[in-house]
Amino acid sequence: MEIVLRELQNGNVAFGIFCLVAVIGALYVLFSKNVLYASYGLLVSFLGVAGIFVFAGGEFVSAAQIMIYIGGILILLIFGIMLSSNKKMGKGRLNIENKDMVFSLTIAVSLSLLLSFLVLESKYNISSFKPQQHIKNLGYNLMTDSVLILEIIGVLLLMALIGATYIAKKDE
Amino acid sequence: MNSLTPYLIVSAILFAIGFAIIVTKKNLILMLMGVELMLNAVNINFVAFSKFDKIPEQGQIFALFIMLVAASEVAVGLAIILKIKKYYENINPEKLTELKN
Repeated sequence: MEIVLRELQNGNVAFGIFCLVAVIGALYVLFSKNVLYASYGLLVSFLGVAGIFVFAGGEFVSAAQIMIYIGGILILLIFGIMLSSNKKMGKGRLNIENKDMVFSLTIAVSLSLLLSFLVLESKYNISSFKPQQHIKNLGYNLMTDSVLILEIIGVLLLMALIGATYIAKKDE
Repeated sequence: MNSLTPYLIVSAILFAIGFAIIVTKKNLILMLMGVELMLNAVNINFVAFSKFDKIPEQGQIFALFIMLVAASEVAVGLAIILKIKKYYENINPEKLTELKN
C-alpha cells in the first residue's frame, strides 16, 4: 500500500498512463482499417505525447504540441482525408488495406528491441535532477541565442504555405 | 520521472510503430501520419535530454522547430496529395506506376 502511494506521489503512475496512451493510440493507427478512425487514434497518441512532455519538464512544448499538432496538423490531415476520398467507392471509401503486416511488424519489433537495448546499455553522464525550468528562460533563449533559426523558420513557414496554396490551386 | 531511460524507450517504441505504419499502409495520408509519429518520437528524445542538460532550453527549442517544420511539411504534402488524387483518381502509392520500367 505504501509503495503504491509513493509511486502515485512520485508521478510514476501518471507517467506510465501517458506512455500507455501514446503507444496504444499509435498501435490503433497501425491496425485500424479506416482512415478517419486512424486519425482519431493519432489524436490520442499526440495527447499522450503532450503528457510525456510535461513530465520531461517542457510545459511550453506540451502546449505547443497540443496547439500545433492537434489543432493544426491533425485538422489538415482530416481535411486531406475528406478531400481525397474517392466518391465512386461509396461506403467503403474510407477503408484501406494493410499490406505486408507481418513483415513490417517484424521490423518494428526488432527495431524497438534494438533501440531499447542500446538505450539500456549506454551510460549517460547525467547531472542530478534540477528544479523545473521556466518558460521565461525559453523565451530569452529563443530571442537571443537562436534568433537566427527563428527567423529562418519563419521564412520557411511562409514559403511552405505559399507553395502549398500554389500547388493546390485549381488549373485554369 | 527522474531517469532518462523510460522516455527513450517510449520514444523508441513510437518510432518503430511509425516506421511500421509507413511500410504497411497503402494510403499516402496514412504514410504522412506515420512520419508525424516518428517526428513525435524524436521530439520526446529532445525534450527528455533537455531535462538533464546544462542549458535546458536548447532541446525544447529544437523540439519547437521540429514541430514547425512538420507543420509546413504536412501542408506541402497534402497539397501534393490532392494534385495526385486529381491526376490519378486514387492515392494508393502502389498504383502510381507511371514511371515504372
